[in-house]
Amino acid sequence: MRRLSVVDVARCVDCLLCAQACARRFGEGGLARSAIAVRSAGGVERGFVVVVCRACEDPPCLHACPVGAIEKASVGVKVLLDRCIGCRACVAACAIGAVQWDEAGGKPVICVHCGLCAAFCPYGVLALEEVGGG
Amino acid sequence: MDRLLPRVLRVDLTRKRFWVEERPELFRERLGGTGVGIELLGELCPPGADPLGPENPVVLAVGPLSALYPLASKTVALFKSPHTGNLGESHCGGRTAFALRLAGYGALVIEGRSDLPVYLAVHGEGVFFRDARTLWGMSSSVTVGRILREREEGSGYRTILRIGRAGERGVTYAAVVAETYRHFGRLGLGAVLGSKNLKAIVISGKGAVPVAQMGRYQRLYRELHERAVRSDLMQKYHDLGTAQNVAPLNAMGALPVRNLQATSYPDEPAFSGERLAQGYLGRRLACAGCPVACIHLAALREPHPKEPYFYTTTFVPYDHEPLYALGAMLGMEDVPGVLHLIEAVGEVGLDAMTTGVVLAWATEAFEKGLISERETGGLRPRWGDAPTYREMIRRIGDRGTEFYRVLGEGVREAAARYGGEEFALHFGGNEMPGYHTGPGALLTYLSGARHSHLDSAGYALDQELLRTGGTLPPEEAARRLLAEEARRQVLSSLVVCFFARGLYDLPTVSSCLSALGEGWDEEGLRRLGEGVLRRKYAFKVREGFDLRRVPIPHRALEAPAPGGAADEGYLRAALAEMGRWLEGGA
Repeated sequence: MRRLSVVDVARCVDCLLCAQACARRFGEGGLARSAIAVRSAGGVERGFVVVVCRACEDPPCLHACPVGAIEKASVGVKVLLDRCIGCRACVAACAIGAVQWDEAGGKPVICVHCGLCAAFCPYGVLALEEVGGG
Repeated sequence: MDRLLPRVLRVDLTRKRFWVEERPELFRERLGGTGVGIELLGELCPPGADPLGPENPVVLAVGPLSALYPLASKTVALFKSPHTGNLGESHCGGRTAFALRLAGYGALVIEGRSDLPVYLAVHGEGVFFRDARTLWGMSSSVTVGRILREREEGSGYRTILRIGRAGERGVTYAAVVAETYRHFGRLGLGAVLGSKNLKAIVISGKGAVPVAQMGRYQRLYRELHERAVRSDLMQKYHDLGTAQNVAPLNAMGALPVRNLQATSYPDEPAFSGERLAQGYLGRRLACAGCPVACIHLAALREPHPKEPYFYTTTFVPYDHEPLYALGAMLGMEDVPGVLHLIEAVGEVGLDAMTTGVVLAWATEAFEKGLISERETGGLRPRWGDAPTYREMIRRIGDRGTEFYRVLGEGVREAAARYGGEEFALHFGGNEMPGYHTGPGALLTYLSGARHSHLDSAGYALDQELLRTGGTLPPEEAARRLLAEEARRQVLSSLVVCFFARGLYDLPTVSSCLSALGEGWDEEGLRRLGEGVLRRKYAFKVREGFDLRRVPIPHRALEAPAPGGAADEGYLRAALAEMGRWLEGGA
């Protein structure tokens, strides 16, 4: 089982190639449905915060959902979009802010740990790491 | 074309109103960026407009490749320049292109003049006119950025453009600072925003851009990405940044030193790319969408002047051009001194290149007795004296006395007032860039559509001729430079960074556009580039530019370039040929 991880954030240059790659999964350009967010740590000279889902063992987002639209997946979670009512409870529940929001669609976007972003990171900031099964 | 690109966001500061105009035909015919921008400028800027009057519009434009393809990371600004009195064009990296494009616009046009200081916040479908009276007059543009970062939404997907005091007070070469370390540097966009009482522009955008043929787009993206990360560009500009040019230019005798009284230092300058990387490099940054990360920040750790065992660490961006202008041109020998000057121009909000050349002129004029302490207000400018230069930068921004007001209009005005025209290094009113490689570079500066070393890259032609030992008749040199300049109009209409010019040849551009549902063949692109170049030239001529009579500074002719001193007759013959072509005769 492999989980996406931020392994060397010091080398992040804020190019956003990761976020672009993530959005391309949905067959569109831009950043609307990127599950990964990069922002400065209070001014770019201080470096960056790269936020990705940690694939929690016991995910708070899942528990927060009032309609059962978030399920455990082999790694991380899966959002059942047809069931989701767009209440944003999952967004509030995630302590690291890893549940992104698709404004146009009114639904959450959560990382599926496919690793496409890591393949486009030129500086080894992101990687898929082996994690214990279950 | 996607449905978002042709949306032009129009803002009228006088009436505090905004609206969206759909211009599908304009974007279909002219792509975006410079191509679209020059048309909008031509439509909206009346002939003879006062560059600092409400009638001068500001156009910021992106293009079909922006936020979609690698290194399509720049935004183009077009306006009438208060510095040269004709076309103002400036390109900026950072996050502006992403933010504007993903906010759902191809261009932002700002007109009019606010009655009180405001800043614009563009979020969602709205434009908010926010009170900027408290921000007006602040001594550092860095502080303004910090305040807006905390006050406005959109962290991670926004751009924060702002001016410093120099822009507020109308220094004709005031810059606009983006994301603290990138700039719309040249030709005075900062002064134009200042004249509109516009302190800053925040744009947030994280929308989607529909792509016509997703499979093809994905393949092309991957291919261009692979080529970019494997190219020598990556190595050259990621490792040392553009500062890596300092040492080779110095070695070949093409680095303008002390107002071009010399063209090299005896040894590698203290502020070469290699030395800066070893002693000072603190962080690398990229523009959004670019894997190269050429932006280099020095970490300057210094003892506090008053408190023992207390240190301040500041981050200062360095690039070849600021190092040339505020380093070599001023005869600087120490790195902290150069970094202090780069920091100072950023705080005040001045174009680094112009400021360096202005201070170099002032130093030589002071040495020659054309100006005295009466003019300078008791300062004695001297090569390598950073504290004095730093104080002069502050005074240029303040515009408090006659002398500093004149310095704030560039060396053309300064020499007209105080003398020293033969060593006033400007081309058509715009100060010299940092490559004295020979006639190609000089022709670029004299004729370039935006007066930058990156126009047509004459320095590349100079170096090619040096390598091969060849010569070119002036007419042929003119045609080669124009062909390259025309090709670059395509790049700046897409909009891709000129560092990616090797990546985006015309067949590649045609494929990239085709995946987006746009049919452009090579010939069409070539014609577009020529058309845009002629349109820009026509605007310059309309506003009084005369290519055949543009003065060539004596110093630039007599200072030996690597291939020897330039010959004025040769340059004039080449310019005449350029004029014929640009007027549509060839």
